[in-house]
Amino acid sequence: MSVFILRRVMESVFVILVMTFLVFFGVSVIGSPIDIFAAQECDQRCRAELAQRFGLDRPIWEQYILFLGNALRGELGNSFQHGLPALQVILHRAPATLELAFSAVFIAFAVGVPLGMWAGLRPSAWSSRAIMTLSTVGFSVPTFWIGLIFIMVFALWLGWLPAIGRGQTVSIFGLELSIFTLDGLSHLVLPATTLALFNIALLIRLTRAGVGEVLQSEYVRFARAKGLQPSRILLVHVLKNIMIPVVTVIGIEFGGTIAFAVVTETIFSWPGMGKLLIDAIEVLDRPLIVAYLILVVVLFVTINLIVDILYSVLDPRVRLGGRAR
Amino acid sequence: MKLFVGTVLLAALSFGSGAFAQTAPTTLTIGVRSETSSLDPHWTQFPQDKQVEDHIFERLVAMDPNSRPIPALATSWKPINDNTWEFQLRRDVKWHDGKPFTADDVVFTFDRLRAGIAGAPASPAFVLANGNKQIKKVDDHTVHIQTTGPFPTMPEELAFFSIVAAHRAQGVTPSVDFNNGRATIGTGPYRFAEFRPGERVVVERNPDYWGAKPEWDRVVFRPITQDATRLAALMNGDVDIIDYPPTPDLPRLRQQNSGYSVSEIASDRVIYIQFSYRDLEPFVKNLDGSPATVNPLRDVRVRKAMSLAINRDAIRDRIMGGASLPTGNIVPPGFFGYAEQLKPDPFSADEARKLLQQAGFEKGFKITLHGPNNRYINDQAIIEAIAQMWTRVGIQTEVNTMPRNIFFTDVIRGDPMTIPGFDVGKFSVWLSGWGTASGEAVYTVRGLLESFNPEAGSGNANWGRYTNARVDSLSRKARVTLDPAARLPLLVQATEIGLRDYALVPIHFQVNNWAFKATLNHRPRVNERTYAWDVTKR
Repeated sequence: MSVFILRRVMESVFVILVMTFLVFFGVSVIGSPIDIFAAQECDQRCRAELAQRFGLDRPIWEQYILFLGNALRGELGNSFQHGLPALQVILHRAPATLELAFSAVFIAFAVGVPLGMWAGLRPSAWSSRAIMTLSTVGFSVPTFWIGLIFIMVFALWLGWLPAIGRGQTVSIFGLELSIFTLDGLSHLVLPATTLALFNIALLIRLTRAGVGEVLQSEYVRFARAKGLQPSRILLVHVLKNIMIPVVTVIGIEFGGTIAFAVVTETIFSWPGMGKLLIDAIEVLDRPLIVAYLILVVVLFVTINLIVDILYSVLDPRVRLGGRAR
Repeated sequence: MKLFVGTVLLAALSFGSGAFAQTAPTTLTIGVRSETSSLDPHWTQFPQDKQVEDHIFERLVAMDPNSRPIPALATSWKPINDNTWEFQLRRDVKWHDGKPFTADDVVFTFDRLRAGIAGAPASPAFVLANGNKQIKKVDDHTVHIQTTGPFPTMPEELAFFSIVAAHRAQGVTPSVDFNNGRATIGTGPYRFAEFRPGERVVVERNPDYWGAKPEWDRVVFRPITQDATRLAALMNGDVDIIDYPPTPDLPRLRQQNSGYSVSEIASDRVIYIQFSYRDLEPFVKNLDGSPATVNPLRDVRVRKAMSLAINRDAIRDRIMGGASLPTGNIVPPGFFGYAEQLKPDPFSADEARKLLQQAGFEKGFKITLHGPNNRYINDQAIIEAIAQMWTRVGIQTEVNTMPRNIFFTDVIRGDPMTIPGFDVGKFSVWLSGWGTASGEAVYTVRGLLESFNPEAGSGNANWGRYTNARVDSLSRKARVTLDPAARLPLLVQATEIGLRDYALVPIHFQVNNWAFKATLNHRPRVNERTYAWDVTKR
């Protein structure tokens, strides 16, 4: 196991290296932050001074080597815009995004799996067909549109929920979280559901397919023949066996959900990392963009690692793989 | 859960009993398009930062809604000789922590700017470099500002930066200590209360303010980037007023019974077409697609034809929802140096074709019109419309728009010929905008019409490198003429010469709109900033 983890870590270091290279040169090709930050009356002299301050007057490869040197010491540079270490700025906003992503995945799991099982058990019932149609809609409709429609229906017409922003937060272990206050929850419902829709659709399809397949298997027939209660067959034998693909997908999608949160956060003015990234790109705040992407790579690698470990817990064949052969 | 609900009820009750004792505090929530990045008034020049900072910090000279200089921390000012301005400072002004405001604070602010703000992406220090302004304290409430040579626009330029407290801002970490409140001690009508980046900035009434008593107890700024969401937040009651309401919704919001009101004022921001004047232009081609061997844009008849071909009224009515002021000027009406004689060119495709014919381009040519697609109101739609209008008179126009973070670098120095210290722009013709932020014409004539000259700091946005010796000499003279009566004709003349030569082609002034609850009143500002004291209860 430790060799496995070590290999993963080395792989991710390589990925991060390639990624910083791409982002660094990519962002520099796009344009110069100086022209965004400088006021219109800031003349040549003033612009040259700014470039020098940010080290942008040096050749790009020199800037990159300098960046790598600092990165090795754990310094990813200060955000141009905020004047703080980029990582600190991002981590400050992380709780909001993680909270949103966790809620979205939770909603997806709680809604998607039961609906998928229902559809799998009764493939031809009209209710199942309705569920499947809904899941198609969930797949095909873009997040930003759904978000706007939610705002229109639930915030404007019905007036049940606030349209924008994050609610009251409480400090829990130093993290500012809003899921533990009523006000916070009411603000969270719309963006989290918007973000969850795609995953709900995905999980419905996945679970239905899994249930359909497992129901045909020998061990389920045997369990039936043995006279086990249907609920036990379903909740233990079927559910456990369809969990492997579900966990994989949830794992991968969790990373994706954080990435997709960019759009949702922008629409709902949710003060998370995604909105930070968008704003950073807008003003070409390179340290912030690089730091954010490094963080995302690390996140994806970690999630994949956790998923692999979960496999071995869920499926003994994975755990015993080496010895069985 | 029961416990939880109980707690909430209890909290609500205790709140209620408190509220009986005094009148409920009034809160104004403002939904703004862009997020505040810092509360350090010397950190950036972004309007979204300045408008919040202006609630807390004050400048020596403030601006009225029409961008005319009015007394703030300085009560009066006058030039006492060719190189010196004297500013009388307001007495009886206290910082939010109770310490008196004196000339030392002004001197400190100058020193802070000149020393350079570590890490600041765009401090207003360049204002001091302009004319090499040196400050001298005369007594506690008088300062002299010396320049090399006469400097008529001193009051306007001092409206560019806020005064910070010497006893608070000494030795603090720039930006950081202003965002956490340590150094955020100003003299303004509101005090710092809370800053949660990306979420909200909260300021509270300063009961000891020297000026008119602020109406609101609390003011909350909430950034809502998406236009549709910002409008939804207003309609949902999450916010009381928003800036930049989406233009397609304006007619609906203006209706009597909509429950909302819209305020509007022609802004100081002119939208214009600018040309590049090189011998050969990369984006000008012959009709068969081969590179053009002459630059037709150097012919004033061609530029005039391009102006005549633009139907400015159609752009206003069809694209801007009525929210634009077609113009042939670069300085807005009412500003010092406005050239009354310049009218927008009347739309005439025939006239345009005739001019092209006279210039020897009766068959036309091919050109690419560049521009930003997320900087000005409806910029992309305007560019597309103009391209069609030009194509109609024979100039086959392609469109290439891009996000502002790409556009502005390319338009300034996107050409491969660029070397450090010598910028060469990439495009041949483009749409851009310019706000007369100082409220008078020296700023604009110098930035847009004067020849590009890094040493003199002129022609800063003259990216096409237009050069006209008469404009230059008039503008330079205006810059050192202290007497307003003598300065005015110089500026007007320079503007008229430049624009009659079609150095650039103005399209319109944007109109600033705010949408708010019908129970409120709002006094709009030409410079696009949103202030709480402009909003009153109806």
